[in-house]
Amino acid sequence: MKDVLKQLARDLKAEKLRTFLTIFGIVWGTVAISLMLAFGTGLHKQLIKSTAGLGDRIVIAWPGLTSIPYEGLGKGRRIRIREDDLTAIRGNVPGLKAVSGEYSNNMKVVYGTKTLSVDTSGVVPEFGTMRNMIPQMGGRFIDAVDYNEQRRTVFLGNQLAKDLFGTTPAVGKMINVNQSPFLVVGVLQEKDQDSNYSGPDDQKMFIPSTTFRALTDKKYVDNFVFQAANSDDTKQVIKRVSAALGKRLRFNADDKEALGMWDTTEQFKFFDVFMLAFNAFLGIIGVLTLVVGGIGVSNIMNVVVEERTREIGIKMALGAKQRYILGQFLIETMLVTFLGGAIGFAIALSVCAVFPKLGLSQYVGDPVVSPLVAILTSLALGIVGLIAGYFPARDAARLDPVVAMKL
Amino acid sequence: MTTKNELIIRMDEIRKVYDTGKVKVEALKGINLEIEKGEMVAIVGPSGSGKSTLMNLVGCLDTPTSGIYEIGGQAVSGVTRDELAEIRNRRVGFVFQAFNLLPHITALENVELPMLFGGVKPHERRERASELLERVGLGDRLDHKPTELSGGQMQRVAIARALAMEPDIVLADEPTGNLDSSAGGDIMSIFTNLWQQGRTLVIITHDPALARRASRVVEIHDGRITSDQATNAAA
Repeated sequence: MKDVLKQLARDLKAEKLRTFLTIFGIVWGTVAISLMLAFGTGLHKQLIKSTAGLGDRIVIAWPGLTSIPYEGLGKGRRIRIREDDLTAIRGNVPGLKAVSGEYSNNMKVVYGTKTLSVDTSGVVPEFGTMRNMIPQMGGRFIDAVDYNEQRRTVFLGNQLAKDLFGTTPAVGKMINVNQSPFLVVGVLQEKDQDSNYSGPDDQKMFIPSTTFRALTDKKYVDNFVFQAANSDDTKQVIKRVSAALGKRLRFNADDKEALGMWDTTEQFKFFDVFMLAFNAFLGIIGVLTLVVGGIGVSNIMNVVVEERTREIGIKMALGAKQRYILGQFLIETMLVTFLGGAIGFAIALSVCAVFPKLGLSQYVGDPVVSPLVAILTSLALGIVGLIAGYFPARDAARLDPVVAMKL
Repeated sequence: MTTKNELIIRMDEIRKVYDTGKVKVEALKGINLEIEKGEMVAIVGPSGSGKSTLMNLVGCLDTPTSGIYEIGGQAVSGVTRDELAEIRNRRVGFVFQAFNLLPHITALENVELPMLFGGVKPHERRERASELLERVGLGDRLDHKPTELSGGQMQRVAIARALAMEPDIVLADEPTGNLDSSAGGDIMSIFTNLWQQGRTLVIITHDPALARRASRVVEIHDGRITSDQATNAAA
């Protein structure tokens, strides 16, 4: 082994350009495969993050018109949901973690000289965690006391806070909402949100639904949001919620129009499948790149064998067995491949380290070289090295020593 | 020479046919040759006589098409390439006209090479290789590469290498062919010394001076042995 390494070092030194080209090919392949998969992973994470901006694996439900007759009642009947309907299912549906009604209206907000028309939602405290409403430092979302005591407190979207207050802190300030004074208790921390149902959260504001009802005389929710304790059970929980409300409000549990549901967990599942296919595609391209690189390596090893034929002949005449010759070339190829792989990997890692500074993270995410990719890449490289090394090595070991020595 | 001596080489009706697909060339047409331990045999003949083919067979670089060949009592037929390599490694020490040293490694490493293939332990290899190089007068050239040596010195490295595995025979193919007469003379003296120490040598040569030093000269013509006689040196 030591002799082989010594010889390898000698050969590599003697053939600088060729060694460089070989290693470059492998480096390029490795950089390509690991970066592509790293960007794939980054994109996946970014998609999940953006989707999570809407909520943490929640379901959003809208009451509508019945489309199936139920117990003697014709179709086309409007379903109206009151707060006590939601209170009734809260704690009575197995697997349901949280539920919040949402009352929406456009309200007039006045602060100082500024007047804005703002989409306002009245919600319960659990709405904050379900919809990933994370407050900025020093603030909070609507809490149980606000809700129970019907306080006039408000949680602002970050864009809205900026429009009203500029750079000065909003928490603790009073604003006028539909001519009533409200205390700002929190401002939304900036989040990526790629989908919404009534405007992005950063331009909205949220108040306790008790306060909302008192202010507007709204009796029925515009929609409600709920979350399963375990996101894998979301399908069953949806059925149970439909059944429970259907029984209370007299509509068929299978009536998709009486209660329209948007299951955001499906989106996460779709991303998983989509990204798997996407990564497989990138992976195949990467592997092909490596194979092409491997062909290059193989070619070069062939040239090496030709150039070293005399040496091989001498060694065989002196009693070197085939596997020694074979082993020597295989180890050489593997080492060159390994070296190229290591360099390529280092480059890929540095690109991943530098990329977030380019400011594109919001759109494509930050590339992440995952351990799985690392394993796959080294595996692919190993196979390429083995294939690339095997054939020239076999040819070398098959040579007739007499013929080889005379070349 | 006494007839009681151990037989190192035994060839019985050896034929070698090269089949190129279109043409069949019969290079050896029935060679019968026995070489005893301690002999120094010169094989002479014009080019195209089958000398090189015979040398390849004796050196186990190739196997005969038919006939029986035994080296040191071991039959060389129906063996795999690896087994043939092992026989070469243990039983034959080669000295070539073109030296055939590996150019990138030192004299010492060149002499170590057969022992590396023979599985000799590293420190033993090193010790034995330097001892052999000293014996051929190159004790001060251990770390020189072949390109830093003269032709005569290179051939002496090759002889040291040939002796590394204590082979049954030393097989030399035109060992003085690439050397000037002075260096050639040195090499011939080394061969004579080896013979006097009891080694078995087979030398293929054009050089009448070298052939004269052998104990026995075998002439080969057109794939057949035409003459086989002891020389004065045999006395």
